[in-house]
Amino acid sequence: MELVLNEDQELIAKTALDFVAENSPVSRFRELRDSGEERGYSAKFFREMAELGWAGIPFEEEVGGAGMGLAELCLIVEALGRNLAPEPFLGSVTMGGSTLALGGNAALKKAWLPSVIDGTKIVALAHQEAGARYDLFKIGTTATKSGDGYTLSGEKAQVLDAVGADAVIIPARTSGASGDASGITLFLVEKGVAGLSVQPQSRVDCRNAAIVKLEGVSCSEAAILGGVDGGGALLEQVIDRATVVLCAEMVGGMSEAFDLTLEYLKERDQFGVKIGSFQALQHRAGRVYMEVELARSTAMAAARALDTGDADAAKLVSLAKAKCSEAYVLATNEGVQMFAGVGMTDEYDIGFYMKRARAAELTFGDASFHRDRWAKLGNY
Amino acid sequence: MSDLETFRQETRSWLEANTPKSIIGANVTELDGTWGGKKATYANPDMKVWLDVAAEKGLTAPTWPSEYGGGGLDSEQAKVLAQEMKALKIPPPLVGFGLTMIGPTLLRFGNEEQKSEHLPKICRGEIRWCQGYSEPGAGSDLASLQTKAIREGDEFVITGTKVWTSYADQADWIFALVRDDSSGKKQEGITFILIDMDDPGVAVSPILLISGKSPFCETHLTNVRVPVKNVINEIGSGWTVAKALLGHERTMIADAFGGAGLKPKKKSTRSFLPDLAVTHLGLDGEQLADATMRGEVAQFEMDSRAFALTVQRTKDAARAGHQPGSESSMFKIYGTELNQRRFELIVRILGPDALGWEGEGFDESALNATREWLRSRGNSIEGGTSEVQLNIISKHVLGLPA
Repeated sequence: MELVLNEDQELIAKTALDFVAENSPVSRFRELRDSGEERGYSAKFFREMAELGWAGIPFEEEVGGAGMGLAELCLIVEALGRNLAPEPFLGSVTMGGSTLALGGNAALKKAWLPSVIDGTKIVALAHQEAGARYDLFKIGTTATKSGDGYTLSGEKAQVLDAVGADAVIIPARTSGASGDASGITLFLVEKGVAGLSVQPQSRVDCRNAAIVKLEGVSCSEAAILGGVDGGGALLEQVIDRATVVLCAEMVGGMSEAFDLTLEYLKERDQFGVKIGSFQALQHRAGRVYMEVELARSTAMAAARALDTGDADAAKLVSLAKAKCSEAYVLATNEGVQMFAGVGMTDEYDIGFYMKRARAAELTFGDASFHRDRWAKLGNY
Repeated sequence: MSDLETFRQETRSWLEANTPKSIIGANVTELDGTWGGKKATYANPDMKVWLDVAAEKGLTAPTWPSEYGGGGLDSEQAKVLAQEMKALKIPPPLVGFGLTMIGPTLLRFGNEEQKSEHLPKICRGEIRWCQGYSEPGAGSDLASLQTKAIREGDEFVITGTKVWTSYADQADWIFALVRDDSSGKKQEGITFILIDMDDPGVAVSPILLISGKSPFCETHLTNVRVPVKNVINEIGSGWTVAKALLGHERTMIADAFGGAGLKPKKKSTRSFLPDLAVTHLGLDGEQLADATMRGEVAQFEMDSRAFALTVQRTKDAARAGHQPGSESSMFKIYGTELNQRRFELIVRILGPDALGWEGEGFDESALNATREWLRSRGNSIEGGTSEVQLNIISKHVLGLPA
């Protein structure tokens, strides 16, 4: 595993950083928030990025992808994270797209993946329910056999990028008890079917999230991903991939939040000097710098481990999520403290990063959840 | 077959043919590694045989130019050599400050005469070096050093005291910072000079530490006469040399700590610290019985891995041709703090068993752990305190105002 960008990757990273900085400064995110746009992102801008081939990066060429890996997709998402661009690379491209690519039958793949890749369709994955915290297998939603198909009932919470989605993938229990890894089946449910409702939720980070209710939704066997009762392992695999992509976004966000803070330390005068000349702040900034560097290394390693099927991949994913969670929260807490009074105002961007840091931390498990997982994987 | 693959096979055959059998698999620690020098002793005489045969081949300093006794290898070849030696469980033929500190400094700043004079002796392990930087009144504020060097013709006459001179009692030469001029800024007027410790004006006394033993000494210099030709770089430009060398030292300290792998002693499905914790605290089902300790052990292991990955990232970037930044300061802080956390955890896992100082009723490995814990408290002080490293980061990496 090489923890350095090759020439192709350097080019992708530079292109993404330049494009996102030019077309999506943080002021665009602010406008989206203030406009009350229900999706929380711009469908038009998402399609523009998809036209550049970005949404197809980790998918096979035969479905319209570029046949590259998560390491490359992460370069795009890092650039988005730097500028808080909220387009659905996590919810649709990574979560919906990976579930289809890894678990979809030929017909499902053909019907959905090319449109996920060209940005014309959005597919969400309802990975959590209220009260389940980070337990992917704690599923109360049921799928009962009826005739040739199934009937789905239950409720999913904070389904990412579900508002405006063309389909939502629903993990439901076909057997076993809540908490069991087996007995979970994934169904692709198209928008507009009877009994399905998507109710937008308003979150602290203003990202697209919704309650998805299923009241006797009929699903055919053809809509099953990963096999009957076999969805648990698929879900885990997809969430590991999503976790790594989220880490890349977090690395971008923490880097930008730290850069903003450094700029402010160099320009703000108090007591007749720049506040960045105070050793108390310098040393704290030095600590943030180290944590950001460490977080970046872990995120790079985790993406490469998943791409190569490394035996240590699950541990590295947990390592990355733990370190990125700690570092993003640290960088933004320290950022607000160092901006001081203005850091608390809505007018300054640093607060946006602090809210996003918290939301990202509490998605797919925080540091303490992943320390527990690390210890379990290490047999203690 | 690629050139590198050919090199690997040749290296392996050479190592198999030339390494004395009795040293293979030897668990070499800092103390029983081969440091060389005139006072060297060898518990296993084959270590000396190995030193001589490796030095002849240039393998004590694989990447140094062959004209000075090095192996003339590029970084890829040196990596292959290290991999093969590791695979064959062959200990390094030579360790010490000649190879890690003064050698690289001479290669960068030394003149031809100085390089030809000193580098081959370092490679052959004939001369052991120590470092004379800190003084009783110049610790973190190193540039305030007061050891005087007064010019008399072709010689400097040097008087002063150096502290924390590791292994000075076993060294033959000392590289030191001395003050030849105190009229200007304190960073100016410092000269980097090489001193033969055979001079009758050199006296060395060991320092006792809180851990009960240490490699540290105090080195007193009284009217020591040193030829002017032993000055490295220009007279008065020693601070530049010193800073470069401290970079090497920090990398070395960081490499030695934190990033180093923790390996279980016996066969276990767990790594070292969790295994130790399970042995002493027991299991509750499949998990370590003490949930708080379990979290701390996991956090330590994860931070350790994150640090190792960051060291690797820097090395990979350097191999890919990126200019190194001031990472050595970050590695020095984080690596030494990890080492301290490691011993804090070990001592707390051992519990009351960790309170032994010597003698009966205490396990040998617990006694060692206790001494190591105490010793590790110095890691964030020596080689520039963590606070000094943070000053360097804020100034040179983050560009914050003075």
